Amino acid sequence: MTNTTSVPAVDVHSVSRIFAARKGPGVTALDDVSLTVAPGEFVSLIGPSGCGKSTLLRLVADLDVPTSGSIEVFGKPARRARIDQSYGIAFQQAGLLPWRTVAGNIELPLELHGVGKAARRGRAAELIALVGLSDFASHYPDQLSGGMQQRVAIARSLAESPSLLLMDEPFGALDEMTRERMQNELVRICAETQAAVVFVTHSIPEAVFLSNRVVVMSPRPGRIRSIVSVGLGDMSGRGEDLREDEGFFRSLSEVRDLLHGDEAAGAGHNQAGARGVETR
Amino acid sequence: MRTAQPGLVQTVLAPIVFGVAVILLWQGLVTGLAIKAFILPAPFAIGAEFAGNLNNVAGGMVVTGRNSLIGLVIGAVLGIALAIVAALARLLDEMAAPIVAALSVVPIVALAPVLYTMFGAGAETARQLVAALAVFVPVYFNTLKGLRQVRPVHRDLMRAYAVTGWQATRAVTLPTALPYVFTGLRVASSLAVISALIAEYFGGPVGGLGKSITSAASSSNYGLAWAYVLGSIILGLAFYCAALIVEKLVTRRSGG
Repeated sequence: MTNTTSVPAVDVHSVSRIFAARKGPGVTALDDVSLTVAPGEFVSLIGPSGCGKSTLLRLVADLDVPTSGSIEVFGKPARRARIDQSYGIAFQQAGLLPWRTVAGNIELPLELHGVGKAARRGRAAELIALVGLSDFASHYPDQLSGGMQQRVAIARSLAESPSLLLMDEPFGALDEMTRERMQNELVRICAETQAAVVFVTHSIPEAVFLSNRVVVMSPRPGRIRSIVSVGLGDMSGRGEDLREDEGFFRSLSEVRDLLHGDEAAGAGHNQAGARGVETR
Repeated sequence: MRTAQPGLVQTVLAPIVFGVAVILLWQGLVTGLAIKAFILPAPFAIGAEFAGNLNNVAGGMVVTGRNSLIGLVIGAVLGIALAIVAALARLLDEMAAPIVAALSVVPIVALAPVLYTMFGAGAETARQLVAALAVFVPVYFNTLKGLRQVRPVHRDLMRAYAVTGWQATRAVTLPTALPYVFTGLRVASSLAVISALIAEYFGGPVGGLGKSITSAASSSNYGLAWAYVLGSIILGLAFYCAALIVEKLVTRRSGG
């Protein structure tokens, strides 16, 4: 990913997604959204439920197709990028296969794409060490805690060294303590892998702590309201102390104001606008 | 076995004590009330006949057991294979649904006389086919249901991996379906024995348990008839337990 600086990791160009309803005009999940993510950049999508942030991620992953507009991943159409395995993906649910061990789960994408047994073993061991689960390689998912399962899922998403990681609220189901620890780990992993990340969350501190840029979205129809550049410095420099940093708090309140902005404006249907967003 | 163990006394001894008590009561009633053997023979008489004709009963169990097993294998393979095809091709599923539904309400053993004329009364084929048909239905339905249990997150994952339909089937769909397949097989295992046995009532070569029960009863040898019934129960239990053990071994991890 050294010479790809000219080609953006993700280029979303005036994309709309309308879900057809049985009667009525259908639901506009995304309305004319454009977004560019540079290689190696960490971008969070934040907004209340129904703002289309997960839909946008699914469109980038080509798990869903836009109604209009175009999406390119590393200069290729999203479908091509998926077939070429240009990204790794992690969901809110770890989605591990319960009949496979931790190592077996991490090897899954490699196995499906025809990587040899020895290479698979080696790569899995590397990733298990990266997420700090070396003692659990031969455990089954039901023997692990939620946080550990999610770490396995993240290791699996990194298996093929993607230059782009798509993460859909991967820490959404975890408790706050585990969550902060996982965020610290993700920052470290991102610094090591140099991958671009598109990260869906509904937690403001999470978005600010992790990101180079935070994309604030608004619901019904899903639009990008504003993009906040966090500017907290390089990934490798981000640590636990950053959470006490003044710049961190400044960005925090900037994102919060943007999310709550139209509530102050008093527009009726936007009253519920920031519901579902954690402001703690 | 993480819960407090109920102990050997409760799990093993209690049913044995209960069983022995029932048999003794039965024996007491038959002798006490002088019930005729053609109505209900005494358990000791049945036991004596069973022990005395052990070779014949065992021979019958082998014949009927082989038919059941062949039927079970054929029915299970067909049921699983067709369920996979139906799960992959929606159209085929919709086409097959009424036929399989019709098949499930046909009293399959009633087909036996027709099959005997098709394959000849001297062959065991008709019985094996009856067993296979009886097995096919629960295996097909359970497998098809299991194949539809794939979690959305796993489906997304497979799409993200851009794998072929067959790869996704092998990696996710089949392992997810496995517990359901084995539930179907467990139900089917005893059905196979019952069907193969009942099919013998309608004709075909002698030697199986069903034929032996009818011939012993028609020659007024009620104790012996019941001895063959006892053999049938043992055979059915053996099939059921074997299926149960295989199920436990295979689905230890996949059960959620």
